Amino acid sequence: MERTLYREIKATRQIVQLAVLLAAFIAAAALAVLYIEHHGHIVTGMNNQIVWGMPHVFAIFLIVAASGALNVASIASVFGQVPYKPLARLSGLLALALLAGGLAVLVLDLGRPDRLIVAMTTYNFSSVFAWNILLYNGFFVIVGAYLFVQMARSMPYGVIRTAGTIAFLWRLVLTTGTGSIFGWLVARQAYDAAVMAPLFVAMSFAIGLAVFLLVLGLITWLTERPLGEKLVARMGRLLGIFAGVVLYFTAVQHLTNLYAAEHSGIEAFILWEGGLYTNLFWFGQVLIGGLIPIALVFHPTGGAKPASAFVASALVVAGGFAQLYVIIIGGQAYPLEMFPGYQVTSGFSDGVVNAYSASYLEVLLGLGGVALALAITGVGMKVLRILPTNLSDANIGQD
Amino acid sequence: MILPALNFPKKPADMNRRDFLKSGGAVATLALAPGVTLMAFGGQASAAADPGKRWGLLIDVNKCPSDCSACVSACKVENGWGNDKHAADHPEAAPQWIRKVSLTDKSTGREFALPVMCQHCENPPCVDVCPTNASFKRPDGIVLVDKHRCIGCRYCMMACPYKARSFVHEDVTDQKTHAPRGKGTVESCTLCVHRVDAGGAPACVEACNTTGNAAMLFGDLNDPDSEIAQALKAYPSVAIRDDLGLNPGVRYSNL
Amino acid sequence: MKRLFVLLMLLAGLSAAPVLAGDLGPVVPRASGKPHPEGNEFWRINHMLLMVHDRDQTMRLGNREVQASLAECVDCHAVKGADGAPVSAEDERHFCRTCHDYVAVKIDCFQCHNSRPEAPKQALRTPEPADMPGILAYLKEAGE
Ligand code: HEC
Ligand code: HEC
Ligand code: HEC
Repeated sequence: MERTLYREIKATRQIVQLAVLLAAFIAAAALAVLYIEHHGHIVTGMNNQIVWGMPHVFAIFLIVAASGALNVASIASVFGQVPYKPLARLSGLLALALLAGGLAVLVLDLGRPDRLIVAMTTYNFSSVFAWNILLYNGFFVIVGAYLFVQMARSMPYGVIRTAGTIAFLWRLVLTTGTGSIFGWLVARQAYDAAVMAPLFVAMSFAIGLAVFLLVLGLITWLTERPLGEKLVARMGRLLGIFAGVVLYFTAVQHLTNLYAAEHSGIEAFILWEGGLYTNLFWFGQVLIGGLIPIALVFHPTGGAKPASAFVASALVVAGGFAQLYVIIIGGQAYPLEMFPGYQVTSGFSDGVVNAYSASYLEVLLGLGGVALALAITGVGMKVLRILPTNLSDANIGQD
Repeated sequence: MILPALNFPKKPADMNRRDFLKSGGAVATLALAPGVTLMAFGGQASAAADPGKRWGLLIDVNKCPSDCSACVSACKVENGWGNDKHAADHPEAAPQWIRKVSLTDKSTGREFALPVMCQHCENPPCVDVCPTNASFKRPDGIVLVDKHRCIGCRYCMMACPYKARSFVHEDVTDQKTHAPRGKGTVESCTLCVHRVDAGGAPACVEACNTTGNAAMLFGDLNDPDSEIAQALKAYPSVAIRDDLGLNPGVRYSNL
Repeated sequence: MKRLFVLLMLLAGLSAAPVLAGDLGPVVPRASGKPHPEGNEFWRINHMLLMVHDRDQTMRLGNREVQASLAECVDCHAVKGADGAPVSAEDERHFCRTCHDYVAVKIDCFQCHNSRPEAPKQALRTPEPADMPGILAYLKEAGE
């Protein structure tokens, strides 16, 4: 068995073309931000009813994916799974890049991004949001250090393991924190649930692994480096399990809500009568993001094919996006219940389902965040020895 | 900490701080530890918000006719909102400090209306969630946005059970001097803090009295002799979403 | 950083047109009302700190008896425009813009605050240079 060799990727024509494409998306997002800055949020689809919109769906998707992308490294260093070890560096890099992309979107959507310094220097410690800022900063430091010890020459394995464990624990707290951003919003019927935090952890496992698989597949294909079929299928099955866990927590979320009478309105909205949101929930999240990928990767014959794992990953990504859309936008579209037992109307959209359609500016901003994350990953792989030259099953000890 | 210590880094060559203190006599205390009240420029402590007070409103729903919106109009004029450029074509994005909500009891069919604004909670969720401490509660219970510190993240709007806050979606011009407001920050009812500090009552209350309905009562909830405290003691009243335990300073009777 | 920038701007200005010394400085209009007891020089240097401090006093603590109130600055320091009304911060003759434009400082205060007095209590002034040499010396020092 050959030792794992990590090498920088070469700037082949395809890689350069991809880089140009990503740069174009980033530039478009930058223009969108300037435009929104100049005119104000009036030019977006967001308003005083739908306060958080498409940029937040993208940002939270990327942040959730970031902590999940670190799983591969955790499986290798914390749980000692040998076949995953060669992937640990990419896992760490991707986690950092996704977080950077997500935060960029979040920050650039602020009403006053010029005051970011205020957010970084004054903290209100009773705010989950402020805790999240600290958690994100810590994530950069810890995962950065973890990446460093992995790449440093002759680093004792114990150190890597310790760093990996700290990073793993940190990411669990981080996703719990992201979930708590919503879980602690007692005012809104859609969010007021303790299950929000574990649900987000489960989502991060699934979405993060799916994004990791897609990036890994793409980059090994572009660089023509071997990628073992068994390794991919193995990760595909793991993805199937994670997708199942997400479905489980989603079921818990809705069943407990159905049980509490005060939440029956929002439940009916999401599950039966919410139109777009109901469709996104059943078809997007449950079917496309859950049942189909699970069936694909556990199919007795097809499940062993790498294509199944990659298609399942794409579906989990789509389903996860739908799920966040339902949680974030759907949760706000449903009217705040201020006067139970009363029919409510006002000049400020009380008592009506709020409409939202994202402007193309918001979509550009979100896609720019994705492009930024991918570009950082690419640049990282170009300048650092991240990606193994040979990930064939024979080479990495996958039996 | 709320207040930065005031220390002047740059001084003209011919004047050091001691000379300055001697010369003007206006400056009593300059750089103090944070948390110590600074009265640098001859301000009087008595002029500040009194922590012994808690300002509140009592709204009598029976006295509030469905077709009257004098309080809303008065607030618009007083605080200079409602005329933003896109207020008409994007009503869902237009700011709203106070609004009239019409209610129909689903079981009895009884119809009535009431004004809803920031409820000035004792335990305001907006203050809890604000990452930068821009949302805060004054010592006298008025909940405000410090727009100098607001980064426009809108988490407070997500957290408010009353939909009392709005975000300024576009440039505004010709603001009222006593009510600055601008793009990219969150705003809400200030209980007309500039009037309260001058010993007056909020514009909505004044307007309501002018119409003769006198449905709104403003005063100090902590002062047992105040009209509002007496009324609260004498008649039943409720807070909206009392289940959340926020103890709002705005209460409604005959709801 | 900013101070360095101020200095560079000054140096650039000074070296570009040393002969035109008279045109060099900003035309800071005179104010009406009582002058500041601490003196002009103190206020030139410390106005930003004073305002930030008193802003927190007013906003956070409800103390309105402060000296550095932005609403009051624009009253005493209002400058009369061609139409006889006070100019707003859009106009480069506005008191707050004179020095700032010169040293390329940008402030965002007037995105929210009205830059004109609503009901002027003080007589309006036409822009006429105040203490030119003093201001020049100060601006030079601000860069140090
Ligand atoms: C009561 C009226 C009054 C108020 C209020 C006032 N000023 Fe002044 N200010 C004056 C006068 C008078 C002078 C002297 C200017 C002159 O000689 O023309 C002056 C001078 C100054 C100077 C120095 C100008 C120079 O010529 O170098 C600055 C800077 C200044 N004020 C800033 C402020 C700021 C900032 C505020 C608000 C926080 C403020 N002032 C409020 C009356 C006022
Ligand atoms: C996003 C809007 C916004 C911006 C930008 C802003 N302010 Fe304010 N400011 C406010 C509000 C709102 C108040 C509260 C007014 C009140 O209660 O009377 C206030 C109050 C103040 C006060 C106390 C009231 C007074 O006039 O004395 C001062 C001083 C002040 N601001 C200074 C500044 C300065 C200096 C800047 C620029 C560096 C600035 N502000 C920028 C919104 C803003
Ligand atoms: C005499 C000239 C002068 C006048 C008049 C003046 N300023 Fe300034 N101001 C300056 C200079 C110079 C700086 C930059 C100082 C530095 O950063 O070192 C400054 C900085 C500031 C800052 C801090 C800016 C930042 O980003 O740090 C604020 C706020 C400010 N001024 C507000 C005002 C307001 C409001 C007025 C009008 C009421 C005013 N100034 C009038 C000279 C002046």
